[in-house]
Amino acid sequence: MTDSLQHLGKLVNSGKLDRRTFMKRAAAMGASVAFSNGLLSSSAMAADPVKGGLLKLGSSGGGSTDSLDPALAASAVPLFNNHSWGDLLVDIADDGGIEHRLAEEYGASADAKTWTFKIRKGVEFHNGKTLTPEDVVATLKRHSGEESKSGALGVMRSIDTLKIDGDNVVVGLKDANADLPFLMSDYHLMIQPDGGNDDPTAAIGTGPYKMVVNEPGVRHGYEKNANDWHPNRGHADQIEILVINDDTARVAALQSGQVHMIERVPPKIVELVERIPGVEIKSTPGRGHYVFIMHTDTAPFENNDLRLALKYAMNRQEMVDKILFGYGSLGNDIPINAAYPYFSADVEQRSYDPDKAAFHYKKSGHSGSVVMRTSENSFPGAVDAAQLFQQSCSASGIKLEVKREPNDGYWSEVWNKQPFCTSYWGGRPTQDQMYSTAYLSTADWNDTRFKNAEFDNMLLAARGELDETKRKQIYADMGSIVHNDGGLICPMFNDWVEGVASAVGGWTPNPNQAMMNGQALSQCWLKA
Amino acid sequence: MYILTLLAKRLVISAFLLLAVSALIFAGTEVLPGDVAQSILGQSATPEALANLRRDMGLNEPALARYFSWLGGIAQGDLGTALTNGSDIADAIGKRLYNTVFLASVAAVVAVPLAIGLGLLAVRFKNLWPDKLISGTTLALISLPEFFIGYLMIYFVAVKLGWFPSVATVYESMTFTERLSAVALPAATLTFVVLAHMMRMTRATILNVMQSAYIETAELKGLSAFRVIAKHALPNAIAPIVNVVMLNLAYLVVGVVVVEVIFVYPGMGQYLVDHVSKRDVPVVQACGLIFAAFYIGLNMVADIVAIVANPRIRHPR
Repeated sequence: MTDSLQHLGKLVNSGKLDRRTFMKRAAAMGASVAFSNGLLSSSAMAADPVKGGLLKLGSSGGGSTDSLDPALAASAVPLFNNHSWGDLLVDIADDGGIEHRLAEEYGASADAKTWTFKIRKGVEFHNGKTLTPEDVVATLKRHSGEESKSGALGVMRSIDTLKIDGDNVVVGLKDANADLPFLMSDYHLMIQPDGGNDDPTAAIGTGPYKMVVNEPGVRHGYEKNANDWHPNRGHADQIEILVINDDTARVAALQSGQVHMIERVPPKIVELVERIPGVEIKSTPGRGHYVFIMHTDTAPFENNDLRLALKYAMNRQEMVDKILFGYGSLGNDIPINAAYPYFSADVEQRSYDPDKAAFHYKKSGHSGSVVMRTSENSFPGAVDAAQLFQQSCSASGIKLEVKREPNDGYWSEVWNKQPFCTSYWGGRPTQDQMYSTAYLSTADWNDTRFKNAEFDNMLLAARGELDETKRKQIYADMGSIVHNDGGLICPMFNDWVEGVASAVGGWTPNPNQAMMNGQALSQCWLKA
Repeated sequence: MYILTLLAKRLVISAFLLLAVSALIFAGTEVLPGDVAQSILGQSATPEALANLRRDMGLNEPALARYFSWLGGIAQGDLGTALTNGSDIADAIGKRLYNTVFLASVAAVVAVPLAIGLGLLAVRFKNLWPDKLISGTTLALISLPEFFIGYLMIYFVAVKLGWFPSVATVYESMTFTERLSAVALPAATLTFVVLAHMMRMTRATILNVMQSAYIETAELKGLSAFRVIAKHALPNAIAPIVNVVMLNLAYLVVGVVVVEVIFVYPGMGQYLVDHVSKRDVPVVQACGLIFAAFYIGLNMVADIVAIVANPRIRHPR
């Protein structure tokens, strides 16, 4: 689908196809309007990059505890670091498809159990060593050892064997998986010389920039990698990531020109930032979502009528308007939106319905109040959202008791422990990964304790299904199961909202991660 | 001779105090739920991995033995390595501490003379408009939360006027003047925060001394009012003023985390907070000890100044 879409995009840009026909055909291929639009504008507006200069990014999500080991990255600054010095085998393209990096080609056996990645030749690491398939295998092994603390360990567990065959790396899977290339785009899996076994924190890779300054929690400075294998990235001579965790300070730094782009503009102040001359707001629809999660195996939430009552009592539009200030889209109590491949709009949008909520609440036979826990850091605006929810609940006679918990320890003591709380998910590149991470009965992070054998079987069936139509149908059915029986109330999907100076060229939206999938620094340039 | 024994006594007391604090810090981190191995391995810890790590880290030794080996390490300048990113703590703290002391010094160099000068002026024009103006302004500044003053500075001085940068990140490669320009806004914010306390204390103690008979004599001799205050009243009021100054200096070193966050200044406060939130116990212990050393050291200096300045303490009857 991706390749043909890109082909269509090129036709439009060369004038062989008009925009209207493009959108029609793209829709026929199953791409959402937002995505086709993004594809069109990104290729249509491409201009010649300007070389040179020092490009600076101000970012939250960094601390003096950050390690350079790509396996341990868990927040924004380490993500941007990984993408500056390192490369993956494959990455997520702007349209949500696969983009080749250190794997030149890849292919699957008919049963989707054996995958072959052809490793690019003539690529040099920053230390002068030439990239070999051995480095790739060593990297993947380091992330999959039982001792590994890698954030990609869950992804790597499905791998059975790793073999080298000439220029190829052959990955044998325990079970069929049609999504393996998407799994390989996990941002921890940066290819390091000898897999990083010698020094995992060396920050030596094949990426567009070489790290020269490393002050965790303060700044990370880079110089251009003159031997970069990729011809069209790394435009600035130097790049710098400044850690600015305070929202106001970050916006002020952009406003006074001390940085050229900032990650995460709080939705509350977007309107003010937009008025600053020389600054643009870039809002990209992504897969991140804010959630209210109930444990479906714990009283009183084991009662599906109570769960449905709470789902109908949620005013989703109000959440998008007041919590996201419009920078997001409606959720439908499934963790999937149009940003995912094989998304189907078949599941009917649930809307706020106090009567239905009251009906299900009465049917559940529950009495007394329902306790929900929240904290400031469970998502931006979570406490406000909890109060709005409390009000919309009371319209149906449901007494919601909001318990505010401290930020410190929320992720270890409340989330995934208490039966009803607020939280967020950053999303995953594929439906399979999202569901396997948090909705499979045996998943470590099954934070709604959702255990449904039928659902599990469908998930495994879809994983090995190479027929796209059948696959899409299975995902649609799984979506309805979670929508009707799950413990997830998902009122909204949040956009990535970022601030960029007008002096920056080359910005293209990418739904996968913040700041153009972490690659804004290597793909943007400073206009002359 | 007597004064030397007095000073030696103070030094010994301070050393013991620091030792007691180190024991408290160690005991405090010891009673926290879970141990260091648990916090390194996190939720995914298997019993075998925990046992291995505990053995490797020597956690099976009795607490007393571990305390003395930790103390011994510190005595040799070895603070251990951070759990979170494996970096050498002494190395990392060295840079951070230098930054913190630099910012505190710049703020102190401005704030201390300014506060004492304003205090003297307020005494000279007691209950007249300059006194009221000085007291009013400084009290207003101390009443505003420091983050608010910080934001005001960023908005007006950095964004509107563009005189100084809002991001005060300092690097090793910076020249002294570049560093001064970088810390201008945080130093100004800190100055505003500590000004009132020192100024009010100067004013109060000097006014107290001004009641004495010898001040009246000085006035009757025909000395100018300001000369009486600066030459005759100030030396006798120095002890309590130095005490307040030292307290504020200690605050500048250990209590400026909010200002550090707002101005993105790489100092000790932010470093400590980052590691507390990740349960990085060795770093927290090291930071705690350094902060305690500063507090105790500065208070000791205040005591010594008081001893040297005051003949009544020097020559007790």
